[in-house]
Amino acid sequence: MNFDDTPEEAAFRAEVRAWIDANAPKHLDAALSEAGFGISPTGFDFRTEARAWQKKKFDAGWACMQWPREYGGQALPPIHQVIWQQEEGIYSSLSRLFGIAHGIVGPTIIRHGSDEQKAAHLPRMANGEESWCQLFSEPAAGSDLAGLRTRAQQEGSDWVINGQKIWTSYAQYSDWGMLITRTDPTVAKHRGLTMFLLDMRSPGVEVRPIKQANGQSGFNEVFFNDVRIPDSRRIGGVNDGWNVAMTMLMNERLVIGLGMPTGFEDIFDLCSNLQTADGPAIDDPTIASKLATWAARSSGLKYTVFRSLSALSRGETPGPENSIGKLVAGSTQQEIAMFALDLQAQSGALVDPAMAAASARFQAMLMRSPGTRIEGGTDEIQRNIIAERVLGLPADIRVDKDLPFNQIPTSARR
Amino acid sequence: MNLEFSDQQLQLKNEARRFLEDKCPPQAVRAILDGAAPFDRALWKALGEMGFLGVAIPEAYGGMGAGYLELCVVAEEMGRALAPVPFSSSVFLASEFLMLAGSESQKQTYLPRLASGETIGTFAFVEGQGQVTPQSVRTRATGDRLTGSKLPVPDGDIADFAIVAARTGAGADEQSISLFLVDLNADGITRTPVNTVDPTRSHARIEFASAAAQPLGPSGEGWSIITRILDRAAVLTAFEQVGGADRALEMGRDYALERMAFGRPIGSFQAIKHMLADMYVQATLARSNAYYGAWALSTGAAELPEAAATARVSATQAFLHCAKNNIQVHGGMGFTWAFDCHLYYRRANLLAVNLGGLSQWERLLISRLRRRNAA
Repeated sequence: MNFDDTPEEAAFRAEVRAWIDANAPKHLDAALSEAGFGISPTGFDFRTEARAWQKKKFDAGWACMQWPREYGGQALPPIHQVIWQQEEGIYSSLSRLFGIAHGIVGPTIIRHGSDEQKAAHLPRMANGEESWCQLFSEPAAGSDLAGLRTRAQQEGSDWVINGQKIWTSYAQYSDWGMLITRTDPTVAKHRGLTMFLLDMRSPGVEVRPIKQANGQSGFNEVFFNDVRIPDSRRIGGVNDGWNVAMTMLMNERLVIGLGMPTGFEDIFDLCSNLQTADGPAIDDPTIASKLATWAARSSGLKYTVFRSLSALSRGETPGPENSIGKLVAGSTQQEIAMFALDLQAQSGALVDPAMAAASARFQAMLMRSPGTRIEGGTDEIQRNIIAERVLGLPADIRVDKDLPFNQIPTSARR
Repeated sequence: MNLEFSDQQLQLKNEARRFLEDKCPPQAVRAILDGAAPFDRALWKALGEMGFLGVAIPEAYGGMGAGYLELCVVAEEMGRALAPVPFSSSVFLASEFLMLAGSESQKQTYLPRLASGETIGTFAFVEGQGQVTPQSVRTRATGDRLTGSKLPVPDGDIADFAIVAARTGAGADEQSISLFLVDLNADGITRTPVNTVDPTRSHARIEFASAAAQPLGPSGEGWSIITRILDRAAVLTAFEQVGGADRALEMGRDYALERMAFGRPIGSFQAIKHMLADMYVQATLARSNAYYGAWALSTGAAELPEAAATARVSATQAFLHCAKNNIQVHGGMGFTWAFDCHLYYRRANLLAVNLGGLSQWERLLISRLRRRNAA
């Protein structure tokens, strides 16, 4: 056991660090450090700066390093990408614009795409010319993704799309979207789906930001009104879209983050500095007890990620056990935020960063964390994944599994 | 980056598992639960012969001369099997005290016999209700004689010697406490077995009436030695707890797959699936924290105090959570004497207090994190 890089990894890390130090967009440092807990960086054009940073990385050979060389990569083991992310620090929030392209869509095109599709998109994803979103969730199809209703109907060599997606991250900045549609409503729901590569500038595509419960707008609704997609931009077979979607969801799980923050460091600082009638809050044994539980959870997540990285470093593929990261971090953030407000008493209600403790970061965390527990698979879906794929328990009974899609009940009333 | 055990360490773990499956099946644990014997002598002897009692003891003192990482993997298997033997008292405590603070002659005398299992050692620390503090230690040393009473002493009825915390000064300060090595078969010692929440691990009250004692380590340094030993024991016990938590989770999972209700396996109900998923989450976090503790212990890292407290808090919570919900998954059968669920519940609750309670370690963890941040 050790926390050390292999000599090769250490040399790579040193090289990356030096390059970032010499090339990072340091004029954005102040703006990037202030973002977090659902607050987007402000004061600059996100898309322009994100693309410029990606281009610079690409030109220096740091982009999509695990991809094959012919598609703009370096054919390096995935641990290199992780080391890069560790060193990237605050600039990683710029790279997030390409997270879906590099981590999810790219690998899916490599697996299911035609040669033309690979040549058309992969190098442009790598150099930052194309950012991508995933057009998956719909108003009536969230956890039950296969219940989606956006229709694609064939007309000559085109497909005509009508319907609506929701909760699409980065749609407002994306050039392209991976779009899953229903092409046959007369067969069981998983069997009538087809996946397309959609140019987000096509006529009939409308992106509308969603005003979220926390007042921010990170997600979007996307509407399709007679949008035409040539058949050459279909990926995978007609009615084989679920298979392509599974590849995407699998890759999504393999994107190992550096661990989502739980808010522990923040609450620890608050309790260390907050004076009560009996001295610093942290001296109160009941407060210490809560803090210790969060400390242990936070540390447990950190070292669980380290164990996944160990597997990656040895060339192994991490499994669905990574589901625990968001599951634990999301609810811990919410618990910590609520407790921080409690400690601040009446002032806990204040949300103005100039007035509230810790620049109102707990208030921001309070309002963002309910979303964290839902996005990218709800807490309940994560528990199902752990129960079914890790522990081997039976899948849920699905009463609509073998019904033709157009006969599945849509209202609870009879 | 490598936070996993090596192939050789995993091989040792496998050997320990196979050995314990053979020598310590649930019936062996139940024989101690229901019978009069305080521990499984045959298992203890076999563990000694296999070298499992001297994993971290240097070869020069009759041990295997491996290291803490090797001891951690064995500890995990002992916890998984609920081994009804004085492993923690003799290996995590007595042997560690001797290695850290023993004189050369004490090491020569005791370590080889601890490694073979011929001698059982323990640590006599607690004297009454609540957290042990320097003030609560009343057993006093006068010259080379001890007088006082310790309760509960794990394996106090079966151990051959004990490391005893006793008062050598009058104050409430840490420097008033020193350590002694006491032969428990000598004159002036009365031992009375006591019942605990986990009858598969024996405990006793020990009374010292001017009992002969030899100092262990410098006078007045007992408390600081104890603190360091408890950190080591916290990491090693965390592995025992992780082993137990994993087994309790497996038992719950297996039962959920086989038990039918409402025409389907109960493991297909989300109420049960989600309970088991949460058990998995706790067990996984505890395992990762235990690995961090193992790294700190094996490298002598400066982070050991906080890593040990983190491992302790996390593993205690996880084993309690898994043992408790394993009974819940089993329903009424889980509350019978005949099913093994209560054995894990009992062990989880014993281990949750045997090195001091959870809330005590929680406060310790926070004070150590503060110290680190201040530094």
